[in-house]
Parts: sequence; C-alpha cells; structure tokens
Amino acid sequence: MILGLNRRDTRFLIIVILLTLFTPFLMQPFSEGSALAQFNGGYPDLMAKVAIFGIFAMGFNILFGLTGYLSFGHAAFLGVGSYSAVWMFKLLTLNVFPALIFAVIISGLFALIIGYISLQRSGIYFSILTLAMAEMSYRLAYSVLTPITNGETGLQIRATDPRIFDSATSSGSPNLFGLELSSSFKWEVLNHVFTFNVGFYFCAFVAIIMFYLTLRIFRSPFGLILRAVKSNQTRLNYTGHNTRPYTLAAFVISGLYAGLAGGLLALMDPLAGAERMVWTASGEVVIMTILGGAGTLLGPVLGAGAIKYLEIIFAKINENVLHGWFGFLPDGLEDFIVFILSRFTGEGWHLTLGLMFMGIIIFLPGGLVQGGQRIAAKFRRKAPNDDDDSEHHPKSTSHVAE
Amino acid sequence: MAILEVKGVGKRFGGLHALSDVNLSVQENTVHAIIGPNGAGKSTLLNCLVGKLMPDSGSVLFQGQSVLGRKPHEINQMGISRVFQTPEIFGDLSVLENILIPVFAKRDGAFRLHPFETVQHEVAVIDKAMTMLEEVNMADKRDMHAASLSRGDKRRLEMAMCLVQEPKLLLLDEPTAGMARADTNNTIDLLKEIMDRRDITMAIIEHDMHVVFSLAERITVLAQGTPLVEDTPENIKTHPKVKEAYLGETAA
Repeated sequence: MILGLNRRDTRFLIIVILLTLFTPFLMQPFSEGSALAQFNGGYPDLMAKVAIFGIFAMGFNILFGLTGYLSFGHAAFLGVGSYSAVWMFKLLTLNVFPALIFAVIISGLFALIIGYISLQRSGIYFSILTLAMAEMSYRLAYSVLTPITNGETGLQIRATDPRIFDSATSSGSPNLFGLELSSSFKWEVLNHVFTFNVGFYFCAFVAIIMFYLTLRIFRSPFGLILRAVKSNQTRLNYTGHNTRPYTLAAFVISGLYAGLAGGLLALMDPLAGAERMVWTASGEVVIMTILGGAGTLLGPVLGAGAIKYLEIIFAKINENVLHGWFGFLPDGLEDFIVFILSRFTGEGWHLTLGLMFMGIIIFLPGGLVQGGQRIAAKFRRKAPNDDDDSEHHPKSTSHVAE
Repeated sequence: MAILEVKGVGKRFGGLHALSDVNLSVQENTVHAIIGPNGAGKSTLLNCLVGKLMPDSGSVLFQGQSVLGRKPHEINQMGISRVFQTPEIFGDLSVLENILIPVFAKRDGAFRLHPFETVQHEVAVIDKAMTMLEEVNMADKRDMHAASLSRGDKRRLEMAMCLVQEPKLLLLDEPTAGMARADTNNTIDLLKEIMDRRDITMAIIEHDMHVVFSLAERITVLAQGTPLVEDTPENIKTHPKVKEAYLGETAA
C-alpha cells in the first residue's frame, strides 16, 4: 500500500507518471528533416495543452462519468479560472501559485452557485440549465463585466500593473519562484530535437497530482455513491443517501478542476479572453471525455491528448502539403483527391473530428479505453488473471478500471 | 407497541378519492399485510408512508414522529427501508457494492464527503456486507454485475440491501408481483427465513393471497381507499365483507 492505493492502482499510477514525464520523447518520434517530422507533437505549447485539457477532462469526468449528469457549461469555469489567474498576475505577483490558488477558489465558488441552481433539475433540463448559465457568463464577460474582463480585447498583463509583491526588475512572464515557465532546454540527439520546457513540466506535475486525486476519488466511498447516482437515483434515495449534496459536491469538484485548468492556460499564455467560455469549448470537453471513455480513469486524458494533438497536426496539412503527397498521381486525379481531402484537413479539421466522434460512438461506445481493452484482450486471451490483492476486496467493474 | 400509526389519512387525485380516512397501526415485531383488490389504494398508501406522496389530511407517525413532509432519504434514516414492486438495484455496480451503499448510508448518514477514504480499507463495512450476502446465499456472486443477475436474485439482493440496514420497519410493495409460482415460493421462504432469524417488523402490500396467508400475522383489507377490516389471517379468510370486496376472487 503506497499512498493509499492497492498494488494494481499503484502500478497504474506509475505508468501514467512515466508516460507523462517522457512525453517530450513520446510525442517526438520522427527525426528532423524527415517527411514525417510534421507529425511530431513534442513542442511545449501542445504538450502543455494536452496536460491542461487532460486536467479539465478528468474533472469533467468526475461529474459526467460518475454521476451521469451531463454539463454543457464547464467552459465557464475554465474561463473564470483564466481571468482569476491573470488578475493575480496583475495585482500581486507573476509567481504561479497565488494565481492558481485564486483561480481554483473563484471557480469553485462559481461552480457552487451554478451547480446549486442547475441541480434543481436532472437529465436534459440540467444540461440546458448549465448551457444557459455558461452562455450568460460568456455574454456578461463581453458586456457588463468589461471592467473585470476587458471585453473583446481580453485581459492581459501590462507594464503598468501594480504587482505589489514583485520587485520592479521582475520580468514580464509568469514564473515559478523566478524560473520562467517559458524557458526551455533543447536537446539535440540522433537527429531529433527534444524540448524540455519548464511550463510543460509544471503542468505535467499538476496533472499527475490531479490524476492521483481522481484515482482516490474513484476508489472512495464517495466515488462509489456517485456511481450509484448514475445507476439508480431512486434506489439511492430510498437507501438513505441524499443525492443532491453528492451531485453538488461532484459538480463543484469538477468546477475546481476546470478552474485549475483555466489557471494553467493563463500561466502558459497570460491572456484571458471570453472566447474561452463559449459553448463550443464546453462541447469540446464533452467530446474529449466520451472519445476517451467516460467513467474511466485514463479515458478523458487520452481523449484530451488525441483531440489536441490531431487538431494541431491536421491544421498543418494544407493544400500544398497534400499536393506534395499526391504529386505522383496524374494531374486531374491529384487535384480531385487533394480537393476532397482538403475539406477534412486544415480548416476542415472539425469535419474529421465529427466523423471520428461518430465512429467512436457507434463502434466503441466505451471510447478509446474500450478499444485498448479489446486489443489487450486479443493479446492475452486466457492469460491468468493477476488479481493479487482480491482476497477480501470489492473488485472494480470494468468501466471504472483503467 | 405500535411502531407505525396511520391516522385519518386521505388523498385525492382530482375527483378520485384514492384514500379516505385510513386508520392503521403496525405493531412492533409483527408482519402486517395490507391487501385489497386493484385500485383499493394500497400503493397510494405506501407512497404516503415513504415520502413520495403527501396526503391531503391525517397523520403518519413512526415511533411517535411524523414522517409527513420528509424526503425519502430522511425517512430511510429514521429506520424505514423499502422493497419495490420491480427490484430497484444498482445495475451498473457489483453485487457487493450494492450492499456496501446501504451500509455506508447507515454508518455515515444522508451525506458525508469522504473523497479520500478508500472503499477497500473499510474492512468493517465490507465484512458486514459479506455477512449479509452469506445470509441470503449470494456470497459467491459478490463480483457479478448486478444487472446480470436473474430476477429472483435481484429480488434477493434488494431484500439484502434493505436488511443490512437493520430497519425498524421494512415495507414491501408487492414483492412477488409478476413472479412465477416457483419464484413466489422462493421469496416466501426467503422472507420466512428472515423472520425466523431477526426481530423484524414488516408491512407487506400484496395482491397474492397465497403470499399473504403464508406470512402475515395481521391483515388489513383495503377497499376503495378505506380499510374494511383488520384481523388475523384466520378470521380474514372467512370474513364475509372481504369475500364481497374481492367479488369471487378466490384465495389462491
């Protein structure tokens, strides 16, 4: 028992930590100058985004994956987190910790209010209420709240900000006790360039902590009761549990994760705009969670990683790249194929995402995790089960395992 | 001593008097059946007892405290557990987890934020749940998905979920509705076993006379929303008013 986890979960956590730490290698598999180099994703901005949206999706999964309450307004908490963090940068210091703490507190309070109102209803009405709340927040950020949000321009750091805890000489970007998040160490070896960025490793560190907390929540009596909410609310009520505070707690916890993710976004790029709260951003986290596997531990992180990676990669494939690929074909055919494919790449990335999402929903309703499990099952058919610590413990059902 | 007292309860749905002036008292450590033809108001009465419906008049006292206006989870916390007509269980969870949840409710109350405890470390809770599963002969099915259980086992599981809370009053809403004869008899045997082993007070809403006469020590006959008679099973069997109310429905 390490950190209150059983052997299986500990092993799982260690694998996740290793994967996270070696992301700069894993996402940079192709050597520089090779034709495939454009598929490398090992640059800090993308890797940090994967970690940040991983946190966002992990939190969302605590609400949606466990209780089944589908919120369509979680981007509001992401936005609130970003605004709060930037305000801390402006008022107090460019150190990351006050910004993150403030982001979490404010988004938590925000989630408490929105959650309390939205949870008066369940099912589709709950979804609509959260959507309405988030849209209201977005509109307010653009209009009435301009003094706080700086409207369309977005909130950003200025040289004239008070920053009462920073000395006059401090630089203009967020830092970790003096270590700037934007600083990187580049390592060139075997024709590969690996970038180790302070910001990414900070986000990765936070993501690992949040993953550990999520794991604990999943294995706790609280997590069990949240799964019971999804399974049968009537029975839960008649069993003596008051479902309202449980769902509200899940809502607030997921709001805290979202606020933290919003704060981290502001660390990587200290600018907060209202577009972060728009409803498509709320929809994105829903897609990430379902694509990876709702209710699973790793699924939402995988979903976030897949979407953020593909988004960047597809954006790079413009018509010129496609012409390069299909140059060997006769002219007419080349133009035709490039015309078709270009609808799905570059600006048309959302079309591909939509098709991918449809495919997953139809063929793999359990998401990427289910796909992984199917492949694993094929490989070790009939291999002995290694449940070394199941003497007297409840075994988790498949959809809450990894 | 009466554990549950229903006094002058009335309930209307528009022009329909579902219940009018219902008086009933359930004595401690007895099995009390409430029978009556379809539409007699049995289910309405039960829903008034568990907080699902609010009667228009009258009072319902459980151990001297009113249950009216309380939510289902509050009524459960007072010591009333309920079995549904079709078993309500947590289909997505394992059999053992189904039993753990009521144990947590009993130990921790209606809400407790315990996100950083671990279910596996709750040895006392797990032991209690396992003892319960053994009592209903389901220990070997502890890791099964509850949804994949047979109908009879689902009923058994639901019963175990209620019993593990050691309720002061167990309400059963037509526990054998829609069951084949063999399943019905199994359920009767299960209930008899439970009654032998524990001091338990039960109120059974039931349509099936066979079940009622096998289990009940006291019977209230409800007809058109009002109690007709309350007596022992022997006297009820021969009561002319009861025969009339059932209009030829034979005591199967």
